[in-house]
Amino acid sequence: MTTASELDNHFRDIVRWHFSPDTGTPHWLEWAAQAGWNPAEEVTGIADLTRFPHFDGELLRTEPHERWIPKAYAGRPFTIFETGGTTGMPKQRIGWDDYKIDYEQFSDTLSDDEFPKGGYWLMVGPTGPRRLRLAIEHLANHRGSSCYFVDLDPRWVKKLIKSKQFDQAKAYMTHVIEQAVSILEKRQVSALFTTPKLLEELGDRLSIPEAGIKGVFCGGTTMDPQTTRFLCEEILEGCVGFVPTYGNTLMGLAAHKPDLKADNYSITYYAPQPRALLRCVDPESTDTLVDVNSWGRVELTTLTKEFFMPRFLERDEALRRAPCEQYPWDGVGEVRPFGQQAAKIVEGVY
Amino acid sequence: MLRHGAEYESLDQNELRGIGSDEVLARISQSNGGMIKRDLRRAEDAAAALRALSSARLIEICKDAGELFLNGELPLNQQGDTQTADDYVATLSKTSGLPHVLVRKNMRKIWTVLDGMGGILRGLMRGMDPAVVETGFGEHCDIPVYYAPTASALGVVLPSNSPGVNSIWIPSLALGVPVVLKPGREEPWTPLRIMQALIAAGCPREAFSFYPTDHEGSAVILDRCGRVLLFGDEAVTKAWSNDERVQIHGPGRSKVIVGPDVVDDWKTYLPVLAASVADNGGRSCINASSIFVTSHGREIADALAEELATREPRPADDDQAVLSAFANRKFAEFIDAKIDEDVAAGGAEDLSRARRDGPRQRDVDGAPYLLPTVVHCDSVEHPLARTEFLFPFTSVVEVPPDRLVADMGPSLVVTAITRDAKLIDELKRSDHVDRLNLGPVPTSHVEWDQPHEGNLFEFLYERRAIQRAADW
Repeated sequence: MTTASELDNHFRDIVRWHFSPDTGTPHWLEWAAQAGWNPAEEVTGIADLTRFPHFDGELLRTEPHERWIPKAYAGRPFTIFETGGTTGMPKQRIGWDDYKIDYEQFSDTLSDDEFPKGGYWLMVGPTGPRRLRLAIEHLANHRGSSCYFVDLDPRWVKKLIKSKQFDQAKAYMTHVIEQAVSILEKRQVSALFTTPKLLEELGDRLSIPEAGIKGVFCGGTTMDPQTTRFLCEEILEGCVGFVPTYGNTLMGLAAHKPDLKADNYSITYYAPQPRALLRCVDPESTDTLVDVNSWGRVELTTLTKEFFMPRFLERDEALRRAPCEQYPWDGVGEVRPFGQQAAKIVEGVY
Repeated sequence: MLRHGAEYESLDQNELRGIGSDEVLARISQSNGGMIKRDLRRAEDAAAALRALSSARLIEICKDAGELFLNGELPLNQQGDTQTADDYVATLSKTSGLPHVLVRKNMRKIWTVLDGMGGILRGLMRGMDPAVVETGFGEHCDIPVYYAPTASALGVVLPSNSPGVNSIWIPSLALGVPVVLKPGREEPWTPLRIMQALIAAGCPREAFSFYPTDHEGSAVILDRCGRVLLFGDEAVTKAWSNDERVQIHGPGRSKVIVGPDVVDDWKTYLPVLAASVADNGGRSCINASSIFVTSHGREIADALAEELATREPRPADDDQAVLSAFANRKFAEFIDAKIDEDVAAGGAEDLSRARRDGPRQRDVDGAPYLLPTVVHCDSVEHPLARTEFLFPFTSVVEVPPDRLVADMGPSLVVTAITRDAKLIDELKRSDHVDRLNLGPVPTSHVEWDQPHEGNLFEFLYERRAIQRAADW
């Protein structure tokens, strides 16, 4: 839990870290030299966030990795993580221990009944170069467990759908599900990570609770309230823990506000403050937050010693939600692709 | 939404508004594809509930349901809301654009099917006792027969254009096969009222699934039901055109052919041409969209344009109304622009233009209408010569006598006004004719003991061999 002053302190510390010659990151040091102001000295708290422009995600495709290495990490081999389902050159984030810290913290939010310590996990979803793959394994390990993996390559699925090869997309989905079913039928798995679509498909092939699953950790694509209700009540048959999450390679992962039924299955996510900050901003005036319970574009700020990324405009929109008991800061509700209301977006491919 | 007859209120709801109005007439629960998949696993249970009733009882239920559909006050939902026949007429008119008088005509059509189900089944089953579907075994003309169902449920992906299309799936219930319906966005009213009438008359609720849904949900119905009736344009139906489980009800491209033997007498047949083009607001796949003649093309087109010009938009509750409004204004604008563009490209003349006062598109009470349009085309190759639009539109084309059938293209209904034996013989043999009307019968005329785009009994049951030992 962070208070406003803790967030101010953390923000100031991280900015100092990345903008100080002793510890800083080449990209940010060079940026500051041309910015006309010195963030290391001038930033006093989170109110200064809007002094930074929106982070240009293209830099993660074009800048050499060395430009993102803080001085303190120099010489230490890093892991290269890529973003999800886009085709072409992906965005790449380098990292060392962030994913472990993020998922260890997240582990504290999981119930031991639903995700029993020592029980086997199964991940069915995009593995490959994604941070999620190592993160899930670390989460399982951190809880004394080991994890099986079934990969789904969302980039290939997107290509199939774009070229209208729907039969191939369906066959690939079946191929993925068959592998998962095989593991669930032959091994004792108690916890599952997968995407909403794959969970639905799995539930079409077998009874998730009867397969021994006690908890499902789920993320990757939009879950509107009805989808969430359907997953909880019917696919999980009302007796399996359901932990939706919102996250990506650039942020880490946001936890959800518990007791979904009480909120009529409308999911609200809370960023892992102070390590990341999610804001709902007015798309037409992105310095301004929208009102609580209004739609805005999701803006992500990542604040770790490994990675500083201010005000990155995600390709998502959400309802700004008020703080809650567990997470006393703003949340993002009913996250969906930005502009979904205006145009049909191919998103639910995996 | 009905899931095997049980109402389900979804958190995902679409608001249904009247045309040109902000008034929300209904909130329609939407289902997701996964839900439909899950329910279809229990399709066999629903079929068993329906088959527990005799065929004779199901025919009786249909008859009673016909009366309820036409005049009854029926449930709308489990909250206790009900709908009278007048409510149904008014609401359907508001969301679909059909004037009250046309909705009532369609109601009558649906009543005819429900009321006359016994005769319809005899027509579909060629006189065989419908009870054969109870056990699968029976006799026909002293020959033992064995019919096996091809599906546990009939999926139906419905359009919004005309309530009459619902007549097509109703016999499925009398044949002991439950239905899984996906209504058109603007037209949930008719399938819902038919189902409620059948349930009130004694049909097991389990036999009805009703899923307002998106493309993904439609795809599940198409994928998972053993047999499906799919309504839609070519963009929708193309992917399923080679799937024998799916019966496609696409554009009708129905036609009237006036043979060389009678064409000089064309004025006699003008009322048949007008009815073929404009009955039911010109919205049905059985409305004629092309008229092939061997001579007098421009004269016929001009006279028809004059005749149809008398049909003007009127308020929805006007008993004289014959045109339907468009539920989607952009669609009306698109069609209007497309006709103008194709006429401007040459080879076609819009003969209705001189007959109307102002542009083709006109608003009445905030709802967009397109006025009847007759286009004379120089050739069957013109883009307007063999196309179909959702309003009274037809082309008139002169075609050489020996090309009348060859140039016709796929046609749901062909009215052949001719006694020319050679031409009739050609039509009989053509793969392109689904329903043949011989003589001056409007394309829009329907006899319900005839199959419509395929025989539903033969679609839902297949004959297999049966050989029994003498004493078995």
